[in-house]
Amino acid sequence: MGAGHTHRLHRHGDSPVHALPPHTKLAAVLAFVIVVVSTPREAMWAFAAYAVLLGVVAYAARVPAGFLLKRLLIEVPFVAFAVLLPFVAEGERVDVLGLSLSVNGLWGAWNVLAKGTLGVAASVLLAATTELRELLHGLQRLRLPPLLVQIASFMVRYGDVITDEMRRMRIARESRGFEARGIRHWGVLAKSAGALFIRSYERGERVHLAMVSRGYTGVMPVIDEVTASRAQWSYALALPCAALVVCLLGWTL
Amino acid sequence: MHAPDGFIDVPVSAAAGVLAAGAIAVSLRGARRELDDTARPGAGGGVGADRTAPLAGLVAAFIFAVQMLNFPVAAGTSGHLLGGALAAILVGPYTGVLCVSVVLLLQAVLFADGGLTALGVNITTMALTTTVVAYALFRGLVKVLPRSRRSVTAASFVAALVSVPASAVVFTLLYAVGGTTDVSIGKVATAMVGVHVLIGLGEAAITALTVGAVIAVRPDLVHGARGLRQKLKLRVDGELVDAPETPESAEPVPAAARSPRRVWIAGLVTSLVLAGFVSFYASANPDGLEKVAADHGIDQRAEEHATADSPLADYGVKDVDDARLSGGLAGVIGVGVTVVAGTGVFWAVRRRRTADDERSETSSPAGTSV
Repeated sequence: MGAGHTHRLHRHGDSPVHALPPHTKLAAVLAFVIVVVSTPREAMWAFAAYAVLLGVVAYAARVPAGFLLKRLLIEVPFVAFAVLLPFVAEGERVDVLGLSLSVNGLWGAWNVLAKGTLGVAASVLLAATTELRELLHGLQRLRLPPLLVQIASFMVRYGDVITDEMRRMRIARESRGFEARGIRHWGVLAKSAGALFIRSYERGERVHLAMVSRGYTGVMPVIDEVTASRAQWSYALALPCAALVVCLLGWTL
Repeated sequence: MHAPDGFIDVPVSAAAGVLAAGAIAVSLRGARRELDDTARPGAGGGVGADRTAPLAGLVAAFIFAVQMLNFPVAAGTSGHLLGGALAAILVGPYTGVLCVSVVLLLQAVLFADGGLTALGVNITTMALTTTVVAYALFRGLVKVLPRSRRSVTAASFVAALVSVPASAVVFTLLYAVGGTTDVSIGKVATAMVGVHVLIGLGEAAITALTVGAVIAVRPDLVHGARGLRQKLKLRVDGELVDAPETPESAEPVPAAARSPRRVWIAGLVTSLVLAGFVSFYASANPDGLEKVAADHGIDQRAEEHATADSPLADYGVKDVDDARLSGGLAGVIGVGVTVVAGTGVFWAVRRRRTADDERSETSSPAGTSV
């Protein structure tokens, strides 16, 4: 995650999914994930249906499958955990290929894998089709406290700056022949972290003074108010509504 | 440790979300006070009624960046900082909660790291628990230890060391109440706490070194070391004279007000040590009472949550088989409850004192910034 990672997450495009107002997309993704999580794990076909739904969205957004699959790798640590579950869970056991596995654990592993993967895929699609700044606007529209949104926006704005600062310090260390090989070198790295904190904090003070001198009073003016028409809302909410139908079927069948 | 969607069931996730939202609301208010406190000694408080957003935002960016700083351990493996304890010590607990929460929020929305429905759980375990536990412990130790830079570093080591397993314990509790697979809680707790004690050691070393590095250069920026500032000395005719005290640096704290708190904190630390470590290692086969205590402790927690949540929840709490572990677990749960309750008292005391100080117009930063 070097410099410019924020640009890697977003795929510029002008598909209908890109064009939707950000807060409708955020609400849709959140509702979709909630529906997915509350689906009974025994309804395996329901998860397949969810995957198909996400596939349709990805197709509409023209997000290539390779991009999506690569981003799904972030889940790997929990896949490892899920693989462990059948071995450690309680309850009746079955023999699969000579291994004694817990039935409950198998269900649990499936549950975590399916729901986790769908959740990650939905978030990846959201990040891929929505610009960072728009996402923050969307969060504000969804009534997150303005101060929190401001903090998040400062973090997003200066994240690359601070990361770059860290990269410059690494280059400076390495050009002086330093190479961190083990615990003995933690002192040097920690000094860098400390220096990074001081620089970040002081930059924060400078930014604040610069903003005050430009008339900042604690609130950010909203210049481009994003609104969503009824059509856009219904378009965005088609995904969670379809998922809800699947979920209800999953409970009844 | 970012929990994905579907790991914890919906009612518990929702409850954790409500808790996280409440914590953020409190922190938003508290962070304003903390960051303006910092403003006072230097540039004068006139500018800084609204420094929260830029400063907290930059600190959040710092935490985000420092999480990418790899600390090589050995043989190709490396670790990185989680940052909860570090943030709490450097900028104060409220700002710390806020910054780590914002990092988690953006990680969930942008990087799909941690599920959206699990955001409440993640904030509760990784932002709230780490910072609150670390800061409570840190303040306690700083009060007890001699007033020096070294003790600040030592205190941050211990605080960071405990904060990581503490967050693992909270995660285990959430898992016990709302986990979607019935793995025995004993196993989860052993695995989680075991792994996280190791992680905590790394976190502790890095946090202590980093705090030490900041203190060496800008001790005024370390929120946890406010009381340690040296008095300004002037050299007049070849000898050192105390500079005339400005109202800001006047820091006499009434001794009477501090002594009960010191007793209280010593008690907290002692109980932590006793509950957390001694009960774990006390004996290989403890009596049945200890086991029952553990089971009941866990059951009570489960019921307490059951009343708070929707009846949908699937509350299967497994018995803890290993008696020694159950003793340790009870101790650790005790630590968690103690720390949470203790912090409540701590803040209540602090708020009252802050109010008193402001009323008696000696509003000194050293006195108020407990």
